[in-house]
Amino acid sequence: MTPLLSVRGLTKRYGPRIGCADVTFDLFPGEVMGIVGESGSGKSTLLSCLAGKLPPDEGAVIFDTRGDGPRDVLKMSEPERRMLSRTDWAFVHQNPRDGLRMGVSAGGNVGERLMAVGARNYGRIRAGAADWLGRVEIAADRIDDRPTAFSGGMQQRLQIARNLVTGPRLAFMDEPTGGLDVSVQARLLDLIRSLVRELGLSAIIVTHDLAVVRLLADRLIVMKDGRVVEAGLTDQVLDDPQHGYTQLLVSSVLQV
Amino acid sequence: MNDYNFAYLDEQTKRMIRRALLKALAIPGYQVPFASREMPMPYGWGTGGVQVSAACMIPEDVFKVIDQGADDTTNAVSIRKFFEKTAGVATTERTAEATVIQTRHRIPERALTEDQILVYQVPIPEPLRFLEPRETETRKMHALEEYGLMHVKLYEDIARHGHIATAYAYPVKVEGRYVMDPSPIPKFDNPKLRSAAIQLFGAGREQRIYAIPPFTDVVSLDFEDFPFDPSAAPHPCALCGAEGAYLDEVIMDDAGGRMFVCSDTDFCRERRAAGHVGAMGAPYEEDAA
Repeated sequence: MTPLLSVRGLTKRYGPRIGCADVTFDLFPGEVMGIVGESGSGKSTLLSCLAGKLPPDEGAVIFDTRGDGPRDVLKMSEPERRMLSRTDWAFVHQNPRDGLRMGVSAGGNVGERLMAVGARNYGRIRAGAADWLGRVEIAADRIDDRPTAFSGGMQQRLQIARNLVTGPRLAFMDEPTGGLDVSVQARLLDLIRSLVRELGLSAIIVTHDLAVVRLLADRLIVMKDGRVVEAGLTDQVLDDPQHGYTQLLVSSVLQV
Repeated sequence: MNDYNFAYLDEQTKRMIRRALLKALAIPGYQVPFASREMPMPYGWGTGGVQVSAACMIPEDVFKVIDQGADDTTNAVSIRKFFEKTAGVATTERTAEATVIQTRHRIPERALTEDQILVYQVPIPEPLRFLEPRETETRKMHALEEYGLMHVKLYEDIARHGHIATAYAYPVKVEGRYVMDPSPIPKFDNPKLRSAAIQLFGAGREQRIYAIPPFTDVVSLDFEDFPFDPSAAPHPCALCGAEGAYLDEVIMDDAGGRMFVCSDTDFCRERRAAGHVGAMGAPYEEDAA
């Protein structure tokens, strides 16, 4: 089976400091991978490098494209990469303000990606937007409201709808549940889980919340100081941590 | 004898602007940066248009200035006087006689010819500005032809108003490539952007020049199920009876009396001189106005 995404020796330095170093892994179709680690461990740097938002210094990110098979994303031209990031990729930001256009209605936000790939029929764009708002549990009568009038949880769900409307195969999520209260968080997790199952979506989820990865991720990478210190099946890593840092991380979770 | 260099600008500046104009004509719709000069008028009063006019003007030119269709408003009168004084060129109010026409917010009703140049004053040349505030990003979007965002604006219009409510500065695609702001002309004028005349656009404050060469394809953006509609007024001109011209609404009194008259004053005069009389018009006399 061809991996959807394979990462080889990815390294990013900020001057003399290390952002992330020598990261290597494969992600298979339909798989959800969690990246955990403390603040400053290089999780977000890694995600930005993978999604083409930050140029890494070394390494390769090979994506199995629909048309041409596996290709190194870092060697693609910018138009190709941008095309990829609005069709086959999704990027869910931690703060919905970074991923949404706050001055544009919910329907326009979802429709933007459709229009960006050439949809020019208002009726069909609107129907597509309405369908996706329904799937992320946003009431149909809110389609013309701006995201500024939405709660944090709704904004996050809108961001997910906006990203998934073009049927991407790979989603990058940066702390998708950060900053939400627990009950909203739980429903968002349910939603993400069902969407991933339904669409056969692969995802890379960066988080510091072990409960989130326990629920969503099939496999787990633990990062510390820019390096991968442990990798494996989620349950295996969380129930039987081998590396000292992972043991510390798992034992630091507050029990209610 | 006057102490100004011909058409106010020094020769080096005119060369710089002409280079920008040639580049703009070579890449229709592309915004060419140029080193806009301080002009003896405030930004927003047509400094871009004046610099473009100065750069392409020759002593034999006949110059006309339009401000919102009219020749007799402040902006038009002062720019016309400016070139009378600094270039000594002949000026006219008649579209047919002019060789260089500087305009603000209108395209003349009379079809222009190969011998004419139409110069637009442009306040904000970037059609994507209010959707994407970063210039670095909008330039990249133009370079990569990523124009989905422009349709988001039209989508928002339909979602909110039930139709495309953008009535002026309606975005167009030039020669199938660049999306361009046609300056704040009414969308009624958009079909006239395909013209026999050279069309030059100058934005002084924003330091950009762009152009549409003669007979270039200019398409107003729209949706398949909400096609572009130039929306002509339903009444004829009250003075000359013209139908299908762009009209101004003139309030007559405090009781709600109003009349609709051609916004293009020269077009209206010409029609009245030819004997057309509208519902509220009087027979034309040469020295009347």
